[in-house]
Amino acid sequence: MPKTAEIKTLQNTGSKTKTLISPAIATLVPVIGFALAIHVYSNELLLTYMAIYVALAQGVNIMYGFTGYLPFGYFGFFGVGAYVSGLAMLNYNLPPVVAVIVGGLGGALVGAILSPLFRLRGAYFAIGTLAASEAIYTIVANPSLQSITNGPYGLNLANYYSSGMAYGSAIALVAISIIAVSYVRGSRFGLTLKAIRDDPYSASMAGVNVPRQRFYAWLISAAIAGMAGSIFGWATSVFYPQAVFDSSLSVLAIVFALFGGVGSVWGPTIGAVLLYSVYNAIGISNPEYFQLIYGLVIVLLVLFAPRGLLGFWNFFAQKIRRKRVTND
Amino acid sequence: MLEIKQMNSGYGPMQVLWNLDLMVNPNEVQIVLGANGAGKSTLLKVIVGLLPLWSGSLLMDGDDIAHLSVTARVKRGVGYMSEKGIFPELTVEENLRLGGLSKKRGEIQDQIDNVYQRFPELKERRGSVAGGLSGGQRKLVGVGRSLISQPKVLLMDEPSSGLSPRYVSEVIDRLAELRGHMTLVIAEQNISFLKIADTVSVIEGGRTRFEGSVTDFTNDDNLKTAFFGIE
Repeated sequence: MPKTAEIKTLQNTGSKTKTLISPAIATLVPVIGFALAIHVYSNELLLTYMAIYVALAQGVNIMYGFTGYLPFGYFGFFGVGAYVSGLAMLNYNLPPVVAVIVGGLGGALVGAILSPLFRLRGAYFAIGTLAASEAIYTIVANPSLQSITNGPYGLNLANYYSSGMAYGSAIALVAISIIAVSYVRGSRFGLTLKAIRDDPYSASMAGVNVPRQRFYAWLISAAIAGMAGSIFGWATSVFYPQAVFDSSLSVLAIVFALFGGVGSVWGPTIGAVLLYSVYNAIGISNPEYFQLIYGLVIVLLVLFAPRGLLGFWNFFAQKIRRKRVTND
Repeated sequence: MLEIKQMNSGYGPMQVLWNLDLMVNPNEVQIVLGANGAGKSTLLKVIVGLLPLWSGSLLMDGDDIAHLSVTARVKRGVGYMSEKGIFPELTVEENLRLGGLSKKRGEIQDQIDNVYQRFPELKERRGSVAGGLSGGQRKLVGVGRSLISQPKVLLMDEPSSGLSPRYVSEVIDRLAELRGHMTLVIAEQNISFLKIADTVSVIEGGRTRFEGSVTDFTNDDNLKTAFFGIE
């Protein structure tokens, strides 16, 4: 083999290995971390919720980090997932794990129905998704639909309660969401999404099918939220509509993703784990200052790390690298 | 190569092009000159399929391409570089990759290597964000991206837009290297591009006012004075 061709092959093999190893590490570290955490910290429900938030932050990452569309009404898919899977268990006696998948499909289906919202952009899109999710909540919680959704009285899944299984499913969802983000980041599909985020008009001129690619990202993101909601409902076992159609779910998922850094694989995971820990620590130790301290954290984030922790890290890493090059 | 007859088109209900004619021969560099709002960009957008052809004909190598989608026209050999040219938040390499969406992975890498061979300064900045490059380099990224799809005809919308005179001459020099290797249609209002052109079309108010060689154009004092104030 000629030397240049040999070098090229080696380079390609090296980059392929790197392409596989990085996502594997990004997936395995949080998965093993959650699996071990239960032996250190016994509050399984809190850890389940943390894993759910990691998945939600990654779901927001796919939508906002790669296409630039901020889904403020993301909680709608979460609530739909909780209800679809809950009703699948109660009415059709589906095993909870299967019901979680059905809940994900329910989230994706509602995502497909709401896809005309893509005619809106920026703040209008964010508000549009919020309004749509509030509308879904109003429908689900409507007393006249009590025979179908149990109206305002929520669902009771106590017969299916299994905290260990729910926690295991939440960890699996963390893995699924990170693998999905890794795929999006490294694929041609992800490249087209980034082009759409940069400039949808130029992207279409470059031959990108903007509506189709955006729609696929939206479906993946909605399916993750649907499965997250399903696991939340299963782990909580008794829930009311306002608990799963809660706009603060969207706010937290968005803040976690932004805090870590959107558009990356690690950022939302780090953001969700760190901030959710802080969130609970403040809530337990200083509940009277909870809103104040948490608000302050968000203000500092926006002021000093608008690209999230990873953006902050990359900025300093680049500075150090430049300094080394100058010294050499 | 490209034959346009009696082209009518526009944005929504607003007609911009009025019975416009244009003929581009293979491996020819044609400059489409015109003032702001003359219809140059609209013409290129209709050719690439971003705007519909209302009436008239649009032929490439004798075949009607007016009914084809943008992707189909790109596959057929129509390349397009918009006025903006690049995705500033993406790296140089990502920008180039976007030019080969219709190609297989291996083919794209070969084409990217060809672009780096042609424009070595881009290879050095392959991992840099395109928005951080100089004006001239940004245009080269745009040209490079268009070349990845190996177009038979490359349509360029105002490559001098937003560039200082120094970078304009740099871009002209680099485009001169493509001369004779491919068909170029360059919509411009900067007449410096005439030095790399074989033929010129002048558009005014969406209508063709002149079509001919560069020599014919430069010898026509009335035309130069009327459209560009050149004495």
